[in-house]
Amino acid sequence: MRTIGRIAVNVFRESVRDKVLYNLVLFAILMIGAGYLLGQLTAGQDYKIVIDLGLGAMSLFGLFIAVFIGIGLVSKEVERRSIYGLLSKPIHRYQLVLGKYVGLVFTLVVNVSIMAIGLYAVMHYVAWQFPPEFVATWDVPPSDLRILKAVGLILVELSVVTAIALFFSTFSTPILSAAFTFALWIAGHFSTDLRNFDQVVQSPFAAQFARGLYWVLPNLSTFDVKGQVVHGRPVEAGFVLLAVAYGLTYIAVLLIGAVTIFSRRDFK
Amino acid sequence: MVAVAALMTLAVRLQRERDDRYPPPETTEETLYLTSGGALQRLSLGYRSLAADVYWIRAIQHFGGTRQHIYSPGQPAATPQAEGSEPYRLLYPLLDLTTTLDPYFKAAYRFGSIFLAEPYPGGPGRPDLAIALLEKGLAVEPDNWEYMQDIGFVHYWWDHDYQAAGAWFAKAADAPDAPWWMRSMAAVTLASGGNRQSSRTMWQSIAQSATVEYQRNHAQRALVQLDALDQIDVLRPIVERFVRETGMPARDWQTLARAGAIRGTPVDPTGVPYRIQPDGSIDVDQASPLYPLPKEPQRTGARP
Repeated sequence: MRTIGRIAVNVFRESVRDKVLYNLVLFAILMIGAGYLLGQLTAGQDYKIVIDLGLGAMSLFGLFIAVFIGIGLVSKEVERRSIYGLLSKPIHRYQLVLGKYVGLVFTLVVNVSIMAIGLYAVMHYVAWQFPPEFVATWDVPPSDLRILKAVGLILVELSVVTAIALFFSTFSTPILSAAFTFALWIAGHFSTDLRNFDQVVQSPFAAQFARGLYWVLPNLSTFDVKGQVVHGRPVEAGFVLLAVAYGLTYIAVLLIGAVTIFSRRDFK
Repeated sequence: MVAVAALMTLAVRLQRERDDRYPPPETTEETLYLTSGGALQRLSLGYRSLAADVYWIRAIQHFGGTRQHIYSPGQPAATPQAEGSEPYRLLYPLLDLTTTLDPYFKAAYRFGSIFLAEPYPGGPGRPDLAIALLEKGLAVEPDNWEYMQDIGFVHYWWDHDYQAAGAWFAKAADAPDAPWWMRSMAAVTLASGGNRQSSRTMWQSIAQSATVEYQRNHAQRALVQLDALDQIDVLRPIVERFVRETGMPARDWQTLARAGAIRGTPVDPTGVPYRIQPDGSIDVDQASPLYPLPKEPQRTGARP
């Protein structure tokens, strides 16, 4: 456990050194710009759009970090041949894979947490420009903690995407890993269509095949409650718990796959 | 660094030179590439709400841009046909896409219906589409009293169908969370719909309960339009008396002032002079922010 922790801390340090957290500057500029400019364009909907933009940016920036760092976690070590040095130390291969994964997820947690604080700050700034009695009628007050449900589920989705990227990076090249991960991410958002494929095709085989894909591919739309929280609509605790449990299970499957492949890989 | 700054300055100057010599077209025709809400839902992946915001901003830009174009100097606000093409043609599709992407986007339904119902040249003059949009919202949130109030309001103000308006206000009053005054609005509409005082009461209620500045401004503008209608009621007999006594048509206010019928040029509440129409009737000028005034509500216009 301690070894995994040390590897994770190193991954986090490396991502800081690689200026991954610079995306926070871009996020800050985006949010400040949105808070200032949107009022001119949106007929009073700047607050709603600021929340949409904040949650969307968290998800999108996180996706790029998860994919582009995730695909290099293992393959970079192999490319640089530093893998030989690492494996000659008393480290199990599974510890290396898990450490790398935990390190990147920790980077994402830090990243998304800072963005969430930034989003709340901009929400308060926008609300501050209106009379309190006006703000009291809004669906989502500036201190509404329900936003955190969306933030939490974004993090779970990013953790799944990181696991996908890591899984592919254990046996494929970085470019192919990125392509596979993005493809799965897109497919993961089409899951409802796969589920209802029987309504648009005649062939029972095609319908069954699509239904099979629906069960096997990651259902990433499960983690998307941005549209609900931005209108202050309820997101039940049971739904969140099931989504988190599903995410953790899927991550476990991918990590077991990644560890198995990486353990059998020959680096000669 | 100096070289970069110098080259950037040069690039800006070259662009300006090119724009001066070969001016780019002033406006580009707006196009809606994707018209299927279902396709957009899929293409926006996990960012439907954000995509809805983009379409909402486009709807506002289209509405505002078209209005600005119509009201710009040298553009006589005539009839939609005179515009050559159908103005505001993208407004409903844009609002429809917005609400398909984000079915709970309250502002898109409520403001969208205001935009759609506004008569030309202030809007496309499509109360039917305004009601269709609000009914789409009601299908998602069947207990939303605000949508019901807005439907009633479109019937009242633009269709002059006070029975339908009163029925919708009554339905809204029965909805959960409806304000207490909704029931009295329903009663007043059914008893004296079309009466200017009842219109004023309705607009005052909307202005006071507005949660967004645009909504409040819209209600306040309508209240000022009612003030203008009151002023026109005062001016009309003066003009009619002038015509009766002199036997001359009242062409402009100067003629009436010279004859001592009025002291000066009467202006509407926004400071723009009223206009005497060729048939002798009085209206606000097309340059006035109050143009066009709503048709005076009349009970005779009510549909069964």
